[in-house]
Amino acid sequence: MTESILKPDLKATPLHDLHVELGGKMVPFAGYAMPVYYPAGIMAEHMHTREKAGLFDVSHMGQAVLKLEKGLSGDAAHEAIAAAFETLVPGDIKGLKPGAIRYSLLLDENGGILDDLMITRPEGEERQGELFLVVNAAMKAQDFSHIEIKLQGVARLTPLGARALLALQGPKAAQVLAPLAPDAEALSFMQMGEMDVNGVTCLVSRSGYTGEDGFEISVAAAEADALARALLAHNDVLPIGLGARDSLRLEAGLCLYGHDIDQTTDPVSARLAWTIAKRRRIDGGFPGAEHILGLLKKGAPNKRVGLAPEGRAPAREGTEITDGQGAIIGRVTSGTFGPSVGGPVAMGYVHSKFASEGTMVQLMVRGRARPARIQPMPFTPHHYHKS
Amino acid sequence: MNDYMYTDQHEWVCVEGGVAIMGISIYAAEQLGDIVYVELPDIGASVSQGDEIAVVESVKAASEIYAPVSGVVIEINEALGEAPDTVNEDPRGEGWLLKLKMNKPADLEKLMDEAAYDSFIEDLG
Repeated sequence: MTESILKPDLKATPLHDLHVELGGKMVPFAGYAMPVYYPAGIMAEHMHTREKAGLFDVSHMGQAVLKLEKGLSGDAAHEAIAAAFETLVPGDIKGLKPGAIRYSLLLDENGGILDDLMITRPEGEERQGELFLVVNAAMKAQDFSHIEIKLQGVARLTPLGARALLALQGPKAAQVLAPLAPDAEALSFMQMGEMDVNGVTCLVSRSGYTGEDGFEISVAAAEADALARALLAHNDVLPIGLGARDSLRLEAGLCLYGHDIDQTTDPVSARLAWTIAKRRRIDGGFPGAEHILGLLKKGAPNKRVGLAPEGRAPAREGTEITDGQGAIIGRVTSGTFGPSVGGPVAMGYVHSKFASEGTMVQLMVRGRARPARIQPMPFTPHHYHKS
Repeated sequence: MNDYMYTDQHEWVCVEGGVAIMGISIYAAEQLGDIVYVELPDIGASVSQGDEIAVVESVKAASEIYAPVSGVVIEINEALGEAPDTVNEDPRGEGWLLKLKMNKPADLEKLMDEAAYDSFIEDLG
Protein backbone atom coordinates (compact mmCIF):
# COMPACT_ATOMS: atom_id res chain seq x y z
CA MET A 1 0.00 0.00 0.00
CA THR A 2 1.44 3.38 -0.90
CA GLU A 3 1.59 6.20 1.58
CA SER A 4 -1.60 8.20 1.62
CA ILE A 5 -1.38 11.73 0.33
CA LEU A 6 -1.08 14.08 3.25
CA LYS A 7 -1.80 17.75 3.53
CA PRO A 8 1.34 19.70 2.58
CA ASP A 9 1.15 21.88 5.70
CA LEU A 10 1.69 18.89 8.00
CA LYS A 11 4.92 18.94 9.94
CA ALA A 12 7.29 16.00 9.82
CA THR A 13 9.17 14.68 12.84
CA PRO A 14 12.91 13.95 12.51
CA LEU A 15 11.97 10.28 12.06
CA HIS A 16 9.57 10.82 9.16
CA ASP A 17 11.76 9.15 6.52
CA LEU A 18 12.29 6.17 8.80
CA HIS A 19 8.53 5.76 9.34
CA VAL A 20 7.92 5.73 5.60
CA GLU A 21 10.82 3.31 5.05
CA LEU A 22 9.37 0.98 7.71
CA GLY A 23 6.01 1.00 5.93
CA GLY A 24 4.25 3.17 8.50
CA LYS A 25 0.72 4.21 7.57
CA MET A 26 1.04 7.97 7.93
CA VAL A 27 -1.93 10.02 9.14
CA PRO A 28 -2.37 13.62 10.28
CA PHE A 29 -2.20 13.98 14.07
CA ALA A 30 -1.89 17.28 15.96
CA GLY A 31 -0.49 18.96 12.85
CA TYR A 32 2.10 16.24 12.21
CA ALA A 33 2.31 13.33 9.81
CA MET A 34 2.52 10.40 12.22
CA PRO A 35 2.49 6.61 11.81
CA VAL A 36 -0.78 5.10 13.05
CA TYR A 37 0.56 1.58 12.51
CA TYR A 38 3.28 -0.32 10.67
CA PRO A 39 2.91 -3.52 8.64
CA ALA A 40 2.71 -5.65 11.84
CA GLY A 41 -0.62 -3.97 12.67
CA ILE A 42 -2.04 -2.47 15.87
CA MET A 43 -2.80 -5.79 17.58
CA ALA A 44 0.70 -7.23 17.06
CA GLU A 45 2.35 -3.91 17.96
CA HIS A 46 0.33 -3.71 21.17
CA MET A 47 1.15 -7.28 22.23
CA HIS A 48 4.80 -6.87 21.30
CA THR A 49 5.09 -3.84 23.58
CA ARG A 50 3.53 -5.74 26.49
CA GLU A 51 5.77 -8.78 25.91
CA LYS A 52 9.05 -7.32 24.63
CA ALA A 53 9.76 -3.72 23.66
CA GLY A 54 8.24 -1.13 21.37
CA LEU A 55 9.76 2.05 19.96
CA PHE A 56 7.47 5.06 19.64
CA ASP A 57 8.18 8.39 17.98
CA VAL A 58 6.69 11.04 20.25
CA SER A 59 8.68 13.93 18.80
CA HIS A 60 5.44 15.79 18.14
CA MET A 61 5.09 16.43 21.86
CA GLY A 62 6.20 19.80 23.20
CA GLN A 63 9.50 19.90 25.05
CA ALA A 64 10.65 23.08 26.74
CA VAL A 65 12.97 24.40 29.41
CA LEU A 66 11.64 26.95 31.85
CA LYS A 67 14.41 29.01 33.42
CA LEU A 68 14.36 31.38 36.34
CA GLU A 69 15.25 34.96 35.35
CA LYS A 70 16.78 35.85 38.70
CA GLY A 71 20.39 34.77 39.19
CA LEU A 72 20.02 32.33 42.06
CA SER A 73 21.80 29.01 42.42
CA GLY A 74 21.34 25.61 44.02
CA ASP A 75 18.28 24.83 46.13
CA ALA A 76 17.33 28.50 46.34
CA ALA A 77 17.06 28.62 42.55
CA HIS A 78 14.90 25.49 42.50
CA GLU A 79 12.75 26.83 45.32
CA ALA A 80 12.13 30.01 43.30
CA ILE A 81 11.33 28.38 39.94
CA ALA A 82 9.16 25.78 41.69
CA ALA A 83 7.24 28.47 43.60
CA ALA A 84 6.57 30.23 40.30
CA PHE A 85 5.39 27.06 38.54
CA GLU A 86 3.23 26.02 41.48
CA THR A 87 1.00 29.01 40.68
CA LEU A 88 -0.02 27.09 37.51
CA VAL A 89 -0.27 23.47 38.74
CA PRO A 90 -1.53 21.72 41.90
CA GLY A 91 1.49 19.43 42.26
CA ASP A 92 4.39 19.60 44.68
CA ILE A 93 7.17 21.01 42.51
CA LYS A 94 9.23 22.43 45.37
CA GLY A 95 9.67 18.98 46.83
CA LEU A 96 11.16 17.48 43.65
CA LYS A 97 14.67 16.11 44.14
CA PRO A 98 17.19 16.71 41.34
CA GLY A 99 16.36 14.27 38.53
CA ALA A 100 12.79 13.65 39.72
CA ILE A 101 9.81 13.84 37.34
CA ARG A 102 6.27 14.75 38.32
CA TYR A 103 3.03 14.26 36.37
CA SER A 104 0.86 17.32 36.84
CA LEU A 105 -1.94 19.43 35.39
CA LEU A 106 -2.04 22.97 34.05
CA LEU A 107 -5.26 24.43 35.43
CA ASP A 108 -7.43 27.41 34.52
CA GLU A 109 -8.99 29.77 37.10
CA ASN A 110 -12.02 27.52 37.43
CA GLY A 111 -9.93 24.44 38.05
CA GLY A 112 -10.49 23.16 34.51
CA ILE A 113 -7.65 21.14 33.02
CA LEU A 114 -5.72 23.03 30.32
CA ASP A 115 -3.32 20.14 29.76
CA ASP A 116 -1.47 17.37 31.53
CA LEU A 117 2.30 17.43 31.51
CA MET A 118 5.55 16.05 32.86
CA ILE A 119 7.75 18.34 34.94
CA THR A 120 11.35 17.44 35.76
CA ARG A 121 13.83 19.11 38.07
CA PRO A 122 17.12 18.63 36.23
CA GLU A 123 20.26 17.32 37.85
CA GLY A 124 23.43 19.40 37.87
CA GLU A 125 24.35 22.40 39.95
CA GLU A 126 24.30 24.78 36.98
CA ARG A 127 20.78 23.70 36.00
CA GLN A 128 19.03 24.39 39.29
CA GLY A 129 16.46 27.07 38.61
CA GLU A 130 15.33 25.19 35.50
CA LEU A 131 12.38 22.86 34.90
CA PHE A 132 12.15 20.53 31.92
CA LEU A 133 8.59 20.28 30.61
CA VAL A 134 6.89 17.85 28.23
CA VAL A 135 3.35 18.75 27.11
CA ASN A 136 0.84 17.36 24.63
CA ALA A 137 1.45 17.95 20.92
CA ALA A 138 -1.96 19.45 20.22
CA MET A 139 -1.67 21.81 23.20
CA LYS A 140 1.93 22.94 23.01
CA ALA A 141 1.40 26.34 21.38
CA GLN A 142 -1.34 27.23 23.88
CA ASP A 143 0.53 25.80 26.87
CA PHE A 144 3.73 27.60 26.05
CA SER A 145 2.02 30.94 25.57
CA HIS A 146 0.01 30.41 28.78
CA ILE A 147 3.18 29.70 30.76
CA GLU A 148 5.05 32.62 29.19
CA ILE A 149 2.27 35.08 29.96
CA LYS A 150 1.69 33.88 33.51
CA LEU A 151 5.37 33.78 34.44
CA GLN A 152 6.49 36.85 32.51
CA GLY A 153 9.40 38.57 34.23
CA VAL A 154 9.92 35.60 36.55
CA ALA A 155 10.93 32.82 34.23
CA ARG A 156 11.79 32.41 30.56
CA LEU A 157 10.44 29.52 28.50
CA THR A 158 12.55 28.03 25.70
CA PRO A 159 10.76 25.46 23.52
CA LEU A 160 13.15 22.74 22.39
CA GLY A 161 11.91 22.54 18.81
CA ALA A 162 15.10 20.92 17.55
CA ARG A 163 14.82 17.86 19.73
CA ALA A 164 13.17 14.54 19.00
CA LEU A 165 11.54 12.37 21.68
CA LEU A 166 11.65 8.58 21.44
CA ALA A 167 9.86 6.24 23.82
CA LEU A 168 11.12 2.71 24.36
CA GLN A 169 8.49 0.77 26.29
CA GLY A 170 8.05 -2.79 27.48
CA PRO A 171 9.53 -5.41 29.81
CA LYS A 172 12.67 -5.70 27.63
CA ALA A 173 13.23 -1.95 27.38
CA ALA A 174 15.93 -1.79 30.07
CA GLN A 175 17.77 -4.77 28.60
CA VAL A 176 17.64 -3.26 25.12
CA LEU A 177 18.85 0.16 26.24
CA ALA A 178 21.64 -1.09 28.54
CA PRO A 179 24.35 -1.65 25.86
CA LEU A 180 23.65 1.80 24.34
CA ALA A 181 23.22 3.66 27.64
CA PRO A 182 24.75 1.79 30.59
CA ASP A 183 23.57 4.47 33.04
CA ALA A 184 19.89 4.16 32.12
CA GLU A 185 19.30 1.02 34.16
CA ALA A 186 20.03 2.88 37.40
CA LEU A 187 17.05 5.19 36.89
CA SER A 188 13.86 4.32 38.70
CA PHE A 189 10.33 5.15 37.59
CA MET A 190 9.80 8.92 37.21
CA GLN A 191 13.50 9.78 37.29
CA MET A 192 15.52 11.53 34.61
CA GLY A 193 19.21 11.78 33.89
CA GLU A 194 21.46 13.29 31.27
CA MET A 195 23.59 10.55 29.75
CA ASP A 196 25.20 9.24 26.60
CA VAL A 197 22.99 7.03 24.48
CA ASN A 198 24.65 5.50 21.44
CA GLY A 199 27.45 8.04 21.95
CA VAL A 200 25.18 11.09 21.99
CA THR A 201 24.21 13.13 25.05
CA CYS A 202 20.48 12.68 25.73
CA LEU A 203 17.97 13.32 28.46
CA VAL A 204 16.66 9.92 29.49
CA SER A 205 13.63 9.52 31.72
CA ARG A 206 12.15 6.31 33.07
CA SER A 207 8.54 6.98 32.23
CA GLY A 208 6.02 6.39 29.49
CA TYR A 209 2.42 6.04 28.45
CA THR A 210 1.88 2.30 28.25
CA GLY A 211 1.84 1.09 31.87
CA GLU A 212 5.04 -0.85 31.18
CA ASP A 213 8.58 -0.19 32.29
CA GLY A 214 10.32 2.01 29.78
CA PHE A 215 12.17 5.15 28.86
CA GLU A 216 11.66 8.39 27.04
CA ILE A 217 14.76 9.72 25.33
CA SER A 218 15.07 13.37 24.36
CA VAL A 219 17.71 13.61 21.64
CA ALA A 220 18.94 16.27 19.20
CA ALA A 221 16.86 16.03 16.01
CA ALA A 222 19.92 15.35 13.86
CA GLU A 223 20.83 12.29 15.96
CA ALA A 224 17.34 10.84 16.26
CA ASP A 225 17.32 8.70 13.14
CA ALA A 226 20.59 6.95 14.03
CA LEU A 227 19.40 6.34 17.59
CA ALA A 228 16.05 4.94 16.42
CA ARG A 229 17.82 2.60 14.00
CA ALA A 230 20.22 1.45 16.72
CA LEU A 231 17.27 0.60 18.97
CA LEU A 232 15.32 -1.09 16.18
CA ALA A 233 18.36 -3.23 15.35
CA HIS A 234 17.63 -5.20 18.52
CA ASN A 235 15.57 -8.33 17.89
CA ASP A 236 13.18 -7.52 20.70
CA VAL A 237 12.21 -4.07 19.35
CA LEU A 238 9.42 -3.26 16.91
CA PRO A 239 8.30 0.21 15.81
CA ILE A 240 4.90 1.06 17.28
CA GLY A 241 2.34 3.51 15.89
CA LEU A 242 -0.23 5.78 17.44
CA GLY A 243 -2.94 3.11 17.23
CA ALA A 244 -1.24 0.79 19.70
CA ARG A 245 -0.09 3.77 21.76
CA ASP A 246 -3.77 4.53 22.32
CA SER A 247 -4.85 0.97 23.18
CA LEU A 248 -1.84 0.55 25.50
CA ARG A 249 -2.52 3.74 27.44
CA LEU A 250 -6.23 3.01 27.69
CA GLU A 251 -5.61 -0.45 29.15
CA ALA A 252 -3.20 1.26 31.56
CA GLY A 253 -6.03 3.61 32.60
CA LEU A 254 -4.08 6.70 31.52
CA CYS A 255 -5.94 9.79 30.35
CA LEU A 256 -5.72 11.23 26.86
CA TYR A 257 -6.00 15.01 26.88
CA GLY A 258 -8.84 16.34 24.74
CA HIS A 259 -10.80 13.13 25.32
CA ASP A 260 -10.72 11.93 28.95
CA ILE A 261 -9.73 15.29 30.39
CA ASP A 262 -10.16 18.83 29.10
CA GLN A 263 -11.08 22.30 30.28
CA THR A 264 -14.58 21.13 31.27
CA THR A 265 -13.14 18.53 33.67
CA ASP A 266 -11.28 19.09 36.92
CA PRO A 267 -8.74 16.95 38.78
CA VAL A 268 -11.29 15.62 41.27
CA SER A 269 -13.90 14.49 38.72
CA ALA A 270 -11.08 13.08 36.59
CA ARG A 271 -9.87 11.09 39.61
CA LEU A 272 -6.52 12.76 39.34
CA ALA A 273 -6.74 14.21 42.85
CA TRP A 274 -3.62 12.21 43.70
CA THR A 275 -1.74 14.86 41.72
CA ILE A 276 -2.77 17.48 44.30
CA ALA A 277 0.01 17.44 46.88
CA LYS A 278 -0.83 17.37 50.60
CA ARG A 279 0.84 20.73 51.21
CA ARG A 280 -1.10 22.27 48.33
CA ARG A 281 -4.40 20.99 49.76
CA ILE A 282 -3.66 23.03 52.88
CA ASP A 283 -2.03 26.08 51.32
CA GLY A 284 -3.89 26.23 47.98
CA GLY A 285 -2.32 28.82 45.70
CA PHE A 286 -3.02 27.02 42.42
CA PRO A 287 -5.62 28.06 39.81
CA GLY A 288 -9.15 27.13 40.81
CA ALA A 289 -7.94 26.05 44.26
CA GLU A 290 -11.08 27.11 46.08
CA HIS A 291 -13.35 25.17 43.72
CA ILE A 292 -11.11 22.10 43.63
CA LEU A 293 -10.57 21.96 47.40
CA GLY A 294 -14.34 22.29 47.77
CA LEU A 295 -14.84 19.30 45.46
CA LEU A 296 -12.30 17.33 47.48
CA LYS A 297 -14.42 17.90 50.60
CA LYS A 298 -17.90 17.51 49.13
CA GLY A 299 -17.11 15.08 46.34
CA ALA A 300 -17.53 15.73 42.64
CA PRO A 301 -20.93 15.26 40.94
CA ASN A 302 -19.37 13.16 38.18
CA LYS A 303 -16.42 10.83 38.17
CA ARG A 304 -14.14 9.25 35.62
CA VAL A 305 -14.52 5.46 35.70
CA GLY A 306 -13.28 2.39 33.90
CA LEU A 307 -15.93 0.45 31.96
CA ALA A 308 -15.79 -3.20 30.99
CA PRO A 309 -18.48 -3.83 28.36
CA GLU A 310 -19.91 -7.36 28.32
CA GLY A 311 -19.55 -9.18 25.02
CA ARG A 312 -17.14 -8.15 22.32
CA ALA A 313 -18.57 -4.89 20.96
CA PRO A 314 -16.31 -1.90 21.71
CA ALA A 315 -18.03 1.26 22.99
CA ARG A 316 -16.34 4.24 21.37
CA GLU A 317 -15.87 7.82 22.48
CA GLY A 318 -19.21 9.63 22.73
CA THR A 319 -21.26 6.52 23.57
CA GLU A 320 -24.04 7.38 26.02
CA ILE A 321 -24.04 5.61 29.37
CA THR A 322 -27.47 4.93 30.87
CA ASP A 323 -28.86 3.41 34.07
CA GLY A 324 -31.18 0.40 34.13
CA GLN A 325 -34.15 2.66 33.33
CA GLY A 326 -32.49 4.18 30.29
CA ALA A 327 -31.74 7.59 31.82
CA ILE A 328 -28.47 9.09 30.61
CA ILE A 329 -25.91 9.10 33.43
CA GLY A 330 -22.74 9.79 31.49
CA ARG A 331 -20.67 9.37 28.40
CA VAL A 332 -17.71 7.31 27.20
CA THR A 333 -14.59 9.42 26.61
CA SER A 334 -12.29 6.68 25.24
CA GLY A 335 -13.13 3.20 24.11
CA THR A 336 -11.48 0.46 22.14
CA PHE A 337 -10.77 -3.24 22.08
CA GLY A 338 -8.02 -4.04 24.57
CA PRO A 339 -5.71 -6.58 22.95
CA SER A 340 -4.14 -7.64 26.28
CA VAL A 341 -7.50 -7.73 28.04
CA GLY A 342 -8.95 -9.70 25.14
CA GLY A 343 -12.14 -7.68 25.17
CA PRO A 344 -13.48 -4.16 24.92
CA VAL A 345 -12.34 -1.54 27.44
CA ALA A 346 -13.49 2.04 27.91
CA MET A 347 -13.40 4.97 30.24
CA GLY A 348 -15.89 7.72 30.73
CA TYR A 349 -17.68 9.93 33.21
CA VAL A 350 -20.78 8.93 35.18
CA HIS A 351 -22.82 10.53 37.96
CA SER A 352 -20.97 9.77 41.16
CA LYS A 353 -23.66 7.50 42.58
CA PHE A 354 -23.00 5.08 39.71
CA ALA A 355 -19.21 5.31 40.02
CA SER A 356 -18.54 2.54 42.50
CA GLU A 357 -16.81 -0.61 41.41
CA GLY A 358 -19.07 -3.39 40.17
CA THR A 359 -22.05 -1.15 39.38
CA MET A 360 -23.83 -2.32 36.24
CA VAL A 361 -24.65 0.34 33.65
CA GLN A 362 -25.67 0.26 30.00
CA LEU A 363 -23.81 1.52 26.97
CA MET A 364 -25.89 2.68 24.03
CA VAL A 365 -23.95 1.28 21.08
CA ARG A 366 -25.73 1.87 17.77
CA GLY A 367 -29.04 2.36 19.50
CA ARG A 368 -28.89 -0.86 21.48
CA ALA A 369 -28.32 -0.98 25.26
CA ARG A 370 -25.42 -3.24 26.16
CA PRO A 371 -24.43 -4.04 29.74
CA ALA A 372 -21.11 -2.89 31.16
CA ARG A 373 -19.53 -3.04 34.59
CA ILE A 374 -17.77 -0.18 36.37
CA GLN A 375 -14.28 -1.53 36.70
CA PRO A 376 -11.20 -0.30 38.57
CA MET A 377 -8.33 0.88 36.40
CA PRO A 378 -5.77 -0.01 35.17
CA PHE A 379 -7.35 -2.81 33.14
CA THR A 380 -3.91 -4.43 32.87
CA PRO A 381 -1.47 -4.14 35.80
CA HIS A 382 1.26 -1.52 35.65
CA HIS A 383 4.83 -2.80 35.52
CA TYR A 384 6.75 0.30 36.49
CA HIS A 385 10.33 0.00 37.67
CA LYS A 386 10.11 1.30 41.22
CA SER A 387 13.14 1.14 43.43
CA MET B 1 -20.38 -20.04 -7.81
CA ASN B 2 -20.38 -17.02 -10.07
CA ASP B 3 -17.83 -14.22 -10.25
CA TYR B 4 -17.19 -11.74 -7.50
CA MET B 5 -18.66 -8.28 -8.01
CA TYR B 6 -17.76 -5.21 -5.97
CA THR B 7 -19.21 -1.95 -4.66
CA ASP B 8 -17.24 1.27 -4.45
CA GLN B 9 -17.51 0.82 -0.65
CA HIS B 10 -15.36 -2.33 -0.90
CA GLU B 11 -18.02 -4.98 -0.34
CA TRP B 12 -17.99 -8.05 -2.57
CA VAL B 13 -20.97 -10.11 -3.61
CA CYS B 14 -21.34 -13.48 -5.33
CA VAL B 15 -24.72 -14.49 -6.69
CA GLU B 16 -26.09 -18.00 -7.15
CA GLY B 17 -29.72 -18.84 -7.74
CA GLY B 18 -31.02 -15.50 -6.53
CA VAL B 19 -29.01 -15.62 -3.30
CA ALA B 20 -26.21 -13.11 -2.83
CA ILE B 21 -23.38 -13.99 -0.44
CA MET B 22 -21.37 -10.95 0.61
CA GLY B 23 -18.28 -9.86 2.49
CA ILE B 24 -15.58 -7.21 2.42
CA SER B 25 -12.76 -7.08 -0.09
CA ILE B 26 -9.15 -8.02 0.60
CA TYR B 27 -8.31 -4.34 0.18
CA ALA B 28 -10.90 -3.34 2.80
CA ALA B 29 -9.70 -6.01 5.24
CA GLU B 30 -6.13 -4.75 4.87
CA GLN B 31 -7.19 -1.14 5.35
CA LEU B 32 -9.20 -1.93 8.48
CA GLY B 33 -6.43 -3.91 10.13
CA ASP B 34 -7.09 -6.36 12.96
CA ILE B 35 -10.83 -6.97 13.13
CA VAL B 36 -12.04 -7.53 16.69
CA TYR B 37 -15.82 -7.44 16.35
CA VAL B 38 -18.41 -7.94 13.63
CA GLU B 39 -22.01 -6.89 14.11
CA LEU B 40 -24.42 -8.66 11.78
CA PRO B 41 -28.11 -7.97 11.13
CA ASP B 42 -31.01 -10.12 12.27
CA ILE B 43 -32.17 -12.82 9.92
CA GLY B 44 -35.24 -11.60 8.10
CA ALA B 45 -34.07 -7.99 7.98
CA SER B 46 -34.96 -6.31 4.73
CA VAL B 47 -32.48 -3.95 3.11
CA SER B 48 -32.11 -1.82 0.02
CA GLN B 49 -28.90 -1.50 -1.92
CA GLY B 50 -26.60 0.93 -0.09
CA ASP B 51 -28.26 0.56 3.32
CA GLU B 52 -26.03 0.01 6.32
CA ILE B 53 -26.19 -3.71 6.99
CA ALA B 54 -23.29 -4.60 9.28
CA VAL B 55 -20.47 -3.05 11.28
CA VAL B 56 -16.89 -4.26 11.31
CA GLU B 57 -14.68 -2.98 14.11
CA SER B 58 -10.91 -2.90 14.32
CA VAL B 59 -8.95 -1.86 17.42
CA LYS B 60 -9.00 1.66 16.10
CA ALA B 61 -12.44 2.26 14.64
CA ALA B 62 -15.88 1.01 13.64
CA SER B 63 -16.67 0.82 9.91
CA GLU B 64 -20.12 0.54 8.42
CA ILE B 65 -20.76 -2.12 5.81
CA TYR B 66 -23.41 -1.46 3.18
CA ALA B 67 -25.75 -3.83 1.39
CA PRO B 68 -24.36 -4.42 -2.11
CA VAL B 69 -27.82 -5.43 -3.35
CA SER B 70 -31.40 -5.19 -2.10
CA GLY B 71 -32.97 -8.18 -0.42
CA VAL B 72 -33.77 -10.06 2.77
CA VAL B 73 -31.12 -11.46 5.12
CA ILE B 74 -31.43 -15.25 5.13
CA GLU B 75 -28.19 -16.30 6.80
CA ILE B 76 -25.37 -14.72 8.77
CA ASN B 77 -21.86 -16.04 9.42
CA GLU B 78 -22.30 -17.01 13.08
CA ALA B 79 -18.67 -18.17 13.32
CA LEU B 80 -17.54 -14.54 13.25
CA GLY B 81 -18.97 -14.02 16.75
CA GLU B 82 -16.11 -16.00 18.27
CA ALA B 83 -13.55 -15.50 15.52
CA PRO B 84 -13.95 -12.04 13.94
CA ASP B 85 -10.33 -12.20 12.73
CA THR B 86 -11.46 -14.72 10.10
CA VAL B 87 -12.45 -11.63 8.10
CA ASN B 88 -8.76 -10.62 7.99
CA GLU B 89 -7.52 -14.12 7.25
CA ASP B 90 -9.91 -14.99 4.45
CA PRO B 91 -12.14 -12.02 3.57
CA ARG B 92 -13.44 -13.57 0.35
CA GLY B 93 -13.97 -17.07 1.74
CA GLU B 94 -14.46 -18.16 5.37
CA GLY B 95 -14.76 -14.51 6.35
CA TRP B 96 -18.03 -13.96 4.47
CA LEU B 97 -20.59 -11.88 6.36
CA LEU B 98 -24.10 -12.81 5.28
CA LYS B 99 -26.45 -14.03 2.58
CA LEU B 100 -29.28 -12.02 1.05
CA LYS B 101 -32.26 -13.32 -0.89
CA MET B 102 -32.17 -10.80 -3.69
CA ASN B 103 -35.34 -8.99 -4.70
CA LYS B 104 -33.96 -6.49 -7.23
CA PRO B 105 -31.58 -8.19 -9.68
CA ALA B 106 -31.03 -4.91 -11.57
CA ASP B 107 -28.88 -3.81 -8.58
CA LEU B 108 -26.07 -5.95 -9.97
CA GLU B 109 -25.69 -3.60 -12.92
CA LYS B 110 -24.32 -0.93 -10.60
CA LEU B 111 -21.47 -3.16 -9.35
CA MET B 112 -17.94 -3.54 -10.66
CA ASP B 113 -16.40 -6.74 -11.94
CA GLU B 114 -12.99 -7.91 -10.71
CA ALA B 115 -11.00 -5.98 -13.33
CA ALA B 116 -12.94 -2.75 -12.81
CA TYR B 117 -12.54 -3.04 -9.01
CA ASP B 118 -8.81 -3.70 -9.32
CA SER B 119 -8.32 -0.54 -11.31
CA PHE B 120 -10.64 1.33 -8.91
CA ILE B 121 -8.47 0.49 -5.88
CA GLU B 122 -5.32 1.17 -7.88
CA ASP B 123 -6.59 4.71 -8.45
CA LEU B 124 -7.15 5.10 -4.69
CA GLY B 125 -3.41 4.67 -4.26
